[in-house]
Amino acid sequence: MPSTRVVVTGLGTTSPVGGDVASTWQALLAGTSGISHLTDEWVEQLPVKIGGRVAVEPSEVLDRVKARRLDRSSQFAMVAADQAWADAGLEGSGLEPERLAVAVASGIGGVTTLLANYDILLEKGARRVSPLAVPMLMPNAPAANVSLKYGARAAVHAPTSACASGNEAIAMAIDLIRLGRADVVLAGGTEAAIHPLPMAAFANMMALSKTGSEEGGDPTRVSRPWDTARDGFVLGEGGAVLVLESEEHARARGAKVYAEVRGAGISNDAHDIAQPDPEGRGGTRAIKMALREGDVDPATVVHVNAHATSTPKGDIAEGLMLHAVLGEHVDRCVVTSTKSMTGHLLGGAGALEAVATVMALHDRVSPPTINLDDKDPEVDLDIPTSRRDLPEGDIVALNNSFGFGGANVAVAFGSV
Amino acid sequence: MATTEEIRADLADIVNEVAGVDADDVQLDKSFVDDLDVDSLSMVEVVVAAEEKFGVTIPDDEVKNLKTVGDAVAYIERAQG
Repeated sequence: MPSTRVVVTGLGTTSPVGGDVASTWQALLAGTSGISHLTDEWVEQLPVKIGGRVAVEPSEVLDRVKARRLDRSSQFAMVAADQAWADAGLEGSGLEPERLAVAVASGIGGVTTLLANYDILLEKGARRVSPLAVPMLMPNAPAANVSLKYGARAAVHAPTSACASGNEAIAMAIDLIRLGRADVVLAGGTEAAIHPLPMAAFANMMALSKTGSEEGGDPTRVSRPWDTARDGFVLGEGGAVLVLESEEHARARGAKVYAEVRGAGISNDAHDIAQPDPEGRGGTRAIKMALREGDVDPATVVHVNAHATSTPKGDIAEGLMLHAVLGEHVDRCVVTSTKSMTGHLLGGAGALEAVATVMALHDRVSPPTINLDDKDPEVDLDIPTSRRDLPEGDIVALNNSFGFGGANVAVAFGSV
Repeated sequence: MATTEEIRADLADIVNEVAGVDADDVQLDKSFVDDLDVDSLSMVEVVVAAEEKFGVTIPDDEVKNLKTVGDAVAYIERAQG
């Protein structure tokens, strides 16, 4: 088993339900949806007109001149990283820059910057394309900008595995600390893909729900994981960053500790570019790997923040995985999907849900899954429809993420 | 035809928008790099915005000669000829 213990000492997020961790967490516990009708003029031509915009615009938080050099995805990452850094008390802590790493992911990079500049190219010519376009749109821009802000001179990574990217960044951060490559890692994910092109593409592949977009429709009711009426995910945006730290380093500086990161598992289905393995075999292996790495007794796994995006096949497969891994103990496990409230943040999802998982352990309470009016009979899981207390004692919670390309990432957190 | 002061004022607004420099600090004797902290990429943005604003063309080879705000204003005045 790995000898270096890794802990979570700081959290930050900007999400569709709140501009920081406190407001996001309270909204999740209360079952508040962040999904609404989009007001952008381009939605008129799309079959899907709803989404989860961030609750607080980054322009309200960031310096204007610095923000205009950042793609919206990097803006979310900066907002979240600033919060996590402050929360962890790292300012003036004497942390050596060479021991600070960054792993901040996105699923599809600076897509709005890319497409906005292509529009300019077509309309106004090559001369008007921004000289900043490439450093803004590159997939490692969020990670690189966080490293610039905080002078991180150890590894700066941006792992991409579509909707598993944020969780993979956290898994990578654990490795960086356990391999001795860093003492502290700013780890997370971000996504800003509410733009007509990705929305049209997701809608055309029938991944997005087309319900609730009509006039008078209720967008807050559309993301409904495990419900019989689920028919696709709702696109959200935002970012989240966690401070992961070696326990030794955290103890030495007297940092507050939210949770321990017990272990991670990463696997691939090699089944289809977009569809999950219907039996969830790859995801099962990832979850088992995470529990084995963390030497976790399945009986202690009492909470799962599921990937469950509200798609017909994916939600079923994840239930099969949990049964395969937890066996009889699955009956004592509270499984929830916060995507029912936030929508799907793609590369930001795993990170936002890691924040929710850590807060669930810390406060010993699971957020509900909203809109679960008629549970799919194929799903045999204990899913709370209002907040549910978690037990005392040493408990473990899992955060699962799965992505196009067949990626499966599971991270196991333990109470402290 | 715009006066020197009108061009300076419009250019100052562009520099403010791109680089966040207080428009009142953008005076003819100021160096973009040394006084106003406008880096090379921001300078490209300023030049492109100025081309559109003033209806002129400022070739890349000329940009390196525009050391001060006064250099840029003079170039724009000549180009508008």
